[in-house]
Amino acid sequence: MKMTLLLLLQTLRIAIPYLFAASGGVLAERAGIVSLTLEGFMLSGAFCATLGSFYFGNPWAGVAMGLLGGALFGALHALATIRFKANQIVSAVAINLMVVGLTRFFLRLAFDSSSNSPRVAGFGSDGSAGALATFTNPLIWLGLVVMPALAWVITRTRFGLRVRAVGEKPEAAATLGVSVDRIRYGAVITSGALAALGGVYLALDQHQFTDQMTAGRGFIALAAVIFGRWMPVRAGVACLLFAFAEALQIQVQGAGVLPSQFVSMIPYVLTLVALAGVVGRAIPPAALGRAEG
Amino acid sequence: MSVKSIAAFEEGVLPTLTALLVALVAGDLLILSYGQAPGEVWRLMLSGTWGNAYGIGQVLYKATTLVFTGLSVAIGLRAGLFNIGAESQLAAGGFCAAALGLLLPAGITPWLAIPMCLLAAMIGGALVGFIPGVLRARFGAHEVIATIMLNFIVLAFLNWAISATGLAVPETLHTPAVESTAIPRLAAYLPMFHGSAANGTILLALLATVTVAWLLFRARFGYELRAVGLQPMAAESAGIRVPRVWITAMVLGGAIAGLGGTNFVLGYKNYFEDGFSGGAGFLGIAVALVGRNNPFGVLLAALFFATLSQGGLAIHALVPKQMVEVLEGIVILAVAVSVPEVRRLLRARPPKGVAASPVQA
Repeated sequence: MKMTLLLLLQTLRIAIPYLFAASGGVLAERAGIVSLTLEGFMLSGAFCATLGSFYFGNPWAGVAMGLLGGALFGALHALATIRFKANQIVSAVAINLMVVGLTRFFLRLAFDSSSNSPRVAGFGSDGSAGALATFTNPLIWLGLVVMPALAWVITRTRFGLRVRAVGEKPEAAATLGVSVDRIRYGAVITSGALAALGGVYLALDQHQFTDQMTAGRGFIALAAVIFGRWMPVRAGVACLLFAFAEALQIQVQGAGVLPSQFVSMIPYVLTLVALAGVVGRAIPPAALGRAEG
Repeated sequence: MSVKSIAAFEEGVLPTLTALLVALVAGDLLILSYGQAPGEVWRLMLSGTWGNAYGIGQVLYKATTLVFTGLSVAIGLRAGLFNIGAESQLAAGGFCAAALGLLLPAGITPWLAIPMCLLAAMIGGALVGFIPGVLRARFGAHEVIATIMLNFIVLAFLNWAISATGLAVPETLHTPAVESTAIPRLAAYLPMFHGSAANGTILLALLATVTVAWLLFRARFGYELRAVGLQPMAAESAGIRVPRVWITAMVLGGAIAGLGGTNFVLGYKNYFEDGFSGGAGFLGIAVALVGRNNPFGVLLAALFFATLSQGGLAIHALVPKQMVEVLEGIVILAVAVSVPEVRRLLRARPPKGVAASPVQA
């Protein structure tokens, strides 16, 4: 019983950053802009949150700074790909690289360290207190509702309808008087802020920033977006599934069931299988990656 | 020069110059934020790279790997495919070369052992390239996602193979060194390069560059490949079997990136080490982009990015070396932004010496 509870709590803790990042991924990709940037957005969120919490001594200042950092890099990606029509994949590769470099550079500048920041004010249990203390972290609750909320926005609101329109048929949307560029700017900048929350959660949960602390989570979130076929709730379920596999791995560690490297492959293998259409084809938004309109 | 070639020159060079300028300004700002003098730092970067034989050797060594990964990405892009998988293709190639080296009998002559290991590296990389190629050609799976997913899968697999199978030297993440498959260092013939990692693989990189250039622009297959990249539907109508070209392009790109793994494994350390690829595969994207998918452009771009990364080490006493990672990102983004922008600006301006036609084509 206790094992099961621990397993579920662990799954939740691991899933929250994925949920935030994947929600950003769904939003941007549904608007037609490639989301290989999630990793960079998350890392910028984690670093800015640490800075905010450090200088203001308040984790909420960290949240605000994290959101701002993610939105800023979202705006950079949007500007490059929408205004200048740069290749979206190249822009994403550049931004990811740039964020790693910038966080390392300013880690040295602000904290004179090449590995981690000092301890900052954060949320929740800090790992040492009881497992249930996890729930004192308000970001957990936000993370749990982000996908249902996004589903509502995308299917029920005017903005959501327009996001889908510019992602599927930008020319048609433009004919109806929708400003394709403006919707895409909105979607990508919001996507940056949302994904950054995933990094904010990591930094404030661990009460510090460590070099490259997102460790590929942005790409797992992207895998969840594709595995969930660009639908918010399904992508959310995929996040939970991937997190569960990791939590299970941590629980049975040392039992020699399956090497950890193979557990870490699960999200990627499942996504490849989904892409290849073995169990129902994953079909991206029609205008994904095209920058016209 | 004809009007056309001047325009082509402008389109080719202007974005790169713009990017360099932007990177220079951004670098100045970073250096100033760290309280150092930009001129001093840039001078240190130059003297630490091209200012002495050791620095040149290190730049050449780093450029060698980048030539391979850059060519790999460029071949894919010429076929209209975005190969983000050079990183794992590089690692797989290195692993296969090292693994074969361990299997070969100790007394074997290098004249036989080295070519076999080179071939193994190409096969390893080609296998990793083959998977996304087939997924794209047969199932329509987007190669960008497939290669990214495969990067994680292959790198995790190699990590397992080295750490859990007893292949590694105890307490390390690398295989035992195999001297019989070592490619000689440049220092063995040119003593001034003493201590630098530059080695014979550099000749392979030059050979690969020329071969790819010939293949792309002189061979029938290259013509088909470029046709598919420019307009797959038209190529299909012309009787080119597009799926086969896609698979071949990915296999070829994988093989070349895999061959790049030998620069470290056969030429430098003589063993495979987990994580030796260290981002050189991803930087290959930058190299192909700045080199404009032209093999000789790739050569120059590889030297440029190698200079940056070696330069980072040279300036580390004054400014954190991570500055160059930021600059790399900025150069990539600036080139990506200015290529379409310059093209648009040049198109908008009527070319000199040509009467402006009233009818737009």
